[in-house]
Amino acid sequence: MTLSSSLSICSRIFDDKMESTFLGSFYSPIYKQVRRQTAQRRVYKVDAMAVTTHSRPPSTTGSVKHAMTMTEKILAKASNKTSVDPGDNVWVNIDNLMTHDVCGPGTIGIFKKEFGENAKVWDREKIIIIPDHYIFTSDERANRNVDILRDFCLEQDIKYFYDIKDLGDFRANPDYKGVCHVALAQEGHCRPGEVLLGTDSHTCNAGAFGQFATGIGNTDAGFVMGTGKLLLKIPPTMRFVLDGEMPSFLLAKDLILQIIGEITVSGATYRSMEFVGSTVETLSMEERMTLCNMVVEAGGKNGVIPADKTTYEYLEDKTSKLFEPMYSDAQARFVYEYKIDVSKLEPLVAKPHSPDNRALARECKDVKIDRVYIGSCTGGKTEDFLAAAKVFLNSGSKVKVPTFLVPATQKVWMDIYALPVPGAGGKTCSQIFEEAGCDVPASPSCGACLGGPRDTYARMNEPKVCVSTTNRNFPGRMGDKEGQIYLASPYTAAASALTGLVTDPRDFLQ
Amino acid sequence: MATAATQSFSTLPLEFRSSGKGNSTTYLQCIHLKPPIKYFRSPVVSDRLLTRTAFSFNPIRCVQRKSHLLPVVAATSDGNSDTSLLSVFHGACYVLGDNIDTDQIIPAEHLTLVPSKPDEYQKLGSLALIGLSTSLYPIPFVNPGSSTTLYPIIIAGDNFGCGSSREHAPVALGAAGVRAVVAESYARIFFRNSVATGEVYPVESEEVGLSKECTTGDIVTVDLGESKLMNHTTGKEYSLKPIGDAGPVIKAGGIFAYARNAGMIGTDVNK
Repeated sequence: MTLSSSLSICSRIFDDKMESTFLGSFYSPIYKQVRRQTAQRRVYKVDAMAVTTHSRPPSTTGSVKHAMTMTEKILAKASNKTSVDPGDNVWVNIDNLMTHDVCGPGTIGIFKKEFGENAKVWDREKIIIIPDHYIFTSDERANRNVDILRDFCLEQDIKYFYDIKDLGDFRANPDYKGVCHVALAQEGHCRPGEVLLGTDSHTCNAGAFGQFATGIGNTDAGFVMGTGKLLLKIPPTMRFVLDGEMPSFLLAKDLILQIIGEITVSGATYRSMEFVGSTVETLSMEERMTLCNMVVEAGGKNGVIPADKTTYEYLEDKTSKLFEPMYSDAQARFVYEYKIDVSKLEPLVAKPHSPDNRALARECKDVKIDRVYIGSCTGGKTEDFLAAAKVFLNSGSKVKVPTFLVPATQKVWMDIYALPVPGAGGKTCSQIFEEAGCDVPASPSCGACLGGPRDTYARMNEPKVCVSTTNRNFPGRMGDKEGQIYLASPYTAAASALTGLVTDPRDFLQ
Repeated sequence: MATAATQSFSTLPLEFRSSGKGNSTTYLQCIHLKPPIKYFRSPVVSDRLLTRTAFSFNPIRCVQRKSHLLPVVAATSDGNSDTSLLSVFHGACYVLGDNIDTDQIIPAEHLTLVPSKPDEYQKLGSLALIGLSTSLYPIPFVNPGSSTTLYPIIIAGDNFGCGSSREHAPVALGAAGVRAVVAESYARIFFRNSVATGEVYPVESEEVGLSKECTTGDIVTVDLGESKLMNHTTGKEYSLKPIGDAGPVIKAGGIFAYARNAGMIGTDVNK
């Protein structure tokens, strides 16, 4: 007998009444409920002021008896359970699976090997494939990997495939987006209350939308591709309450570097990190993404921010799908609660070679640097470039070290060329960058954030010292093993570019 | 006792290689116990270790990663034979510090290699841990020109495998011939990928400081059944946290093989 498709495997699991196996006991009751639950989805339009976790009466959160955190609630709903506890292993129905050119071919290989050459994916509309890592390179294997994605998407009729064929000019590829995590948000694939898995550790970025999002490997992704489910352990939640007015010289990058420095690179391993508080409520969606993006740098399984008016406004023109936001109950249990007075923080950097190697930017003012890199899912969004442009504009001077700009997506690239920078008399980011002597903004992709093939734009092929708005400063992360990376906010990166030293942006912003 | 143990193990061949033909090129350094007839208890020496004299190379395990033959042994057995399902690994160890991230295990420039393609799988093995700083780790993990390592066991500190979700990381280690990593703790995704692929056993040590007391090249035995690590070079013995439910999954060769084995999913894909 040949199992020609994932569906047949599912049907075996569901219909054979394998009550004795633990898979059977998970799956049998679930199957019937999936459709009903989908039909019940509604949008709760919630007033922004009512979103703080403590002010919501438990009756509105749908769980009076068993208080849960929002991560627990999302996973409970996705596993068709009324309640879950940290440590529970549950089979979770996945709303979206994302993969890219680095892990997609391997995932597809496993899917084909395990489900059969002729198998069909579990849902052609729920798999999002985004080439973004190694695009603008002459590396043959890298190019082949994008071809593998394309062939698979054609074969499976995958609805969301953001393809690129003309590597000479990315603008000739209207479908091409760029960095997957930012593209997921911009294309409306991130929605409150949903479960997103991706073959990339920074998939946690989407937690900014109040959803559960985490990174998985090829084998797990291959399983999801065939079944739409995955066995996940419910993580306990650490809560970070960020209060106080955010000083004008700080960005979300400073907040997350502060937190990682506090709890270390393994401080949140196996845990969920929930960000609340008056400061978080004032953050834009892009800044919230920066916060959630780097939870994996503390070992976190996912990061999450309650959806509010800001979320709904961002989503308004991006998705027409219904969704159901979830919020932590007032009595929910958190393994830790950290309170941070944001008004007292100063601009930070993470020194080589660990994201928790925190220091004040001004403490590193004698560190000579060779280059500045502004880009990636963490620090290559429109607002990141607007922030850098603001520093260049205020200084009116030129950069002293090569400054590389890699927009995360095609949309960000267009914003750089089209959006007027506030207070710049109509000038765009691109004009300000040109006047400051930065490199011309590159084609959107993950670029040199993770090194990549040797011919990757702005890759550190020699042991240089770089201030970067990216997320990791491990040895060799951007290329050369002896290279040194200082992680910083776009403000701090731009200020450092102007002096050739690690520089506190207050020197230019006040 | 430690000396006796050392002598006993030093007589064992340090590595088992397959004949190198066909799909059995995947190289193994594991010592599988074949229960229960291969055990015999000496009335004189009570140390269970010393009574395990007969070790055998399991060809099924060897070809399994490539051809996905299934292990003969069922994944679920009665309690008594549970430990015999697990493995004992013996050989030289390679010692690493804290926070060894996936960029050091397999730098991103090599991620164009697709682990599900057999030749590229092998190539990943030759590149395992090539991102390590040569000043901190002057001994290469995989000798240039070789596709496998001389160190089937890695001993590391805290937060091993942090960073990226790249499955290439446990795959590179497994392809290089690593059988077990013993670390104080793991980053979540690396641990999960190790189990899902069945490439390496990610074992946690009970106590901290193991990586400071061991030196690269020490001859060690990792006994998953007894949850112990013995360093025959120093004579010290360390407790490990039980591998638990992850053990049979890795032993089977990953989640898919385990699920087939346990009857969770069908077996006849691609026939």
